[in-house]
Amino acid sequence: MTTAQDVIRVLVAKPGLDGHDRGAKVIARALRDAGMEVIYTGIRQTPQMIVAAAVQEDVNVIGLSILSGAHMELFPTILQGLQENGMGDVIVLAGGIIPEDDLPALKAMGIGAVFGPGSSTRDIIAFIRQAMGEKGKKASA
Amino acid sequence: MSDSKREWQEKVLAPQLKRGAERQPVFQTDSGIGLDPLYTPENMTGFDYGAKAGYPGEYPFTRGVQPNMYRGRFWTMRQYSGYATARESNRRYRYLLAQGQTGLSVAFDLPTQTGLDSDNPVAKGEVGRVGVAIDTLRDMEVLFESIPLDKVSTSMTINATGSILLALYLGVAKKQGVSFDKVNGTTQNDILKEYIARGTYIFPPKPSLRLITDVFSYCTDNVPQWNTISISGYHMREAGATAVQELAFTFSDAIAYVEAALAAGMDIDSFGPRLSFFFVAQNNLLEEVAKFRAARRIWAKIMRERFGAKNPRSWMLRFHTQTAGAALTAQQPDNNTIRTTIQALAAILGGTQSLHVNSRDEALALPTEESALLSLRTQQVIAYESGVADTVDPLAGSYMVEALTDRLEEEALKLIEKTDKMGGALAALAEGYQSREINESAWRYQQEIESKQRIVVGVNDFISETPPVKNLLKVDREQERQQIEGLHAVRRERDNQRVKAALKRLEEVARGTENTMPAILECVEAYASIGEMCDVLRGVWGEQREYAFF
Repeated sequence: MTTAQDVIRVLVAKPGLDGHDRGAKVIARALRDAGMEVIYTGIRQTPQMIVAAAVQEDVNVIGLSILSGAHMELFPTILQGLQENGMGDVIVLAGGIIPEDDLPALKAMGIGAVFGPGSSTRDIIAFIRQAMGEKGKKASA
Repeated sequence: MSDSKREWQEKVLAPQLKRGAERQPVFQTDSGIGLDPLYTPENMTGFDYGAKAGYPGEYPFTRGVQPNMYRGRFWTMRQYSGYATARESNRRYRYLLAQGQTGLSVAFDLPTQTGLDSDNPVAKGEVGRVGVAIDTLRDMEVLFESIPLDKVSTSMTINATGSILLALYLGVAKKQGVSFDKVNGTTQNDILKEYIARGTYIFPPKPSLRLITDVFSYCTDNVPQWNTISISGYHMREAGATAVQELAFTFSDAIAYVEAALAAGMDIDSFGPRLSFFFVAQNNLLEEVAKFRAARRIWAKIMRERFGAKNPRSWMLRFHTQTAGAALTAQQPDNNTIRTTIQALAAILGGTQSLHVNSRDEALALPTEESALLSLRTQQVIAYESGVADTVDPLAGSYMVEALTDRLEEEALKLIEKTDKMGGALAALAEGYQSREINESAWRYQQEIESKQRIVVGVNDFISETPPVKNLLKVDREQERQQIEGLHAVRRERDNQRVKAALKRLEEVARGTENTMPAILECVEAYASIGEMCDVLRGVWGEQREYAFF
């Protein structure tokens, strides 16, 4: 039986100024179809707006989609904002145009996974379910 | 059906199909138009050559806008580029021109596109990222240093701040001593598709349309060779639209611009000849060729029959093409060169006036100089070696291409009519019509890939490990710091009284009804920044919130 608590809540967000939201919208729809509760912020969100939305919606997962190349500037501010608001345990995923060279630094700063162009929505759903499962185990241990 | 075709179907085709099923239960184009196994003269029954195809350089221009097309001169090879500072981008432009590029195409960073100065906190991290950062005339002077504006045509991908960038370009022309009637180029200046698909709008639709029609009328009087707008299907297609939707939504937007200009009191034949278009070239080669041919026919009819334009130049659809960014893959990136070659071929067989070929590394970053050069070389190989440019509209008369051209026109006209019934492009987009349709197509496309109904080589089939691409272009933070420093220097050195007076004047004009261009030009020449000008306009007109539909 599924309870309200079991429903994974996801914020799909577009940080920065780029308006390319095809990927964000496809991901949002795929996660919703997979039974998750999805909130999409719309485009041109500042880190502060994204953190505020995450707090208000009390989400478990945040998907950040960015194609402008500003990820190394914007992601740390978002992650820090989450920490400061007691949401340091939220699973944060990223997608968009992100060069491979940046992956180690992104992992180190707390991005759970990066899903670049060509990623399958099934892989993303599977990743989220597994990460949520592990978190649940940790919480009950 | 003729006896001979029926006989072929029964006696030749049917036994073949009995021996083995075809690869797919149905074959269709990217727009979902069903394809027959074979097209024959029967598909041309009732085909009125004069009305449907005609001659190049004549109504309805299906075969091309020039009588001899590329036999006179090739399309303009115009690689879209710009990154970091004006200094860096100027270096790249001069390099590309030295390598045989025949026109410039400027990519601006997102703060420039959304009317924010480089030192605005919201611009942090975005300065010089996806294009060059421009704050004031000083940057623009550097961007075109040693590039005489009477010798080159320049296309600028700029929309909400389109009239400001045009003024900046004219400011440089003045400094170079080039008279405005010698200045040649294009401002994208297409705000409707920004609301629908691309996102760099600032102001609400009404004042945005005023800025656009002000450019139409200012250029008619002062910059007669300028293409005042590039009405774009590209970004809607990239966001997921099909070829049919690309055509339909583009022309619905075009109709809205024409109506806005007419409502502003302009004569159709005064601004009509300077309207231009921008489409994508995707992978489906024959559908794309048919799309370009159908596009010319649709526009000629709209201008002549719907709006009563008399000047044949108003009927001509002139367009720029870019290969499809959305078709690039991060996996096996060298395959992208093959894809863009096919797409470029479609654009050329489709009769484009100007072309940008994407680079193999663009699913990962902005292109390096080496990749940008390969893109230019792709164009040159097609131009000089393939022979496809030596005859006008060579695919005309193909049973299949003519049938597909007809179908695309027919399907696009249905959607244009639907948008008309909703009250036009603006009313429709406010209700989310176009973006919902586009989202739906994008979703379907993704499902097709995930179910392997659609194969993307290297992504969902034929997968192999390829080493990561080395030496991607990086824009470091130092460039942002330099840009901000430069802006602050301009603010210190300029005559701030003059700036204040010019901005005051802009505010008055924005509140009234006179043409905004002279006041913008005044601000630009006083070295007011784009952010300062946009702040004034935001104060008068307010800002547009996202039409969010998900």
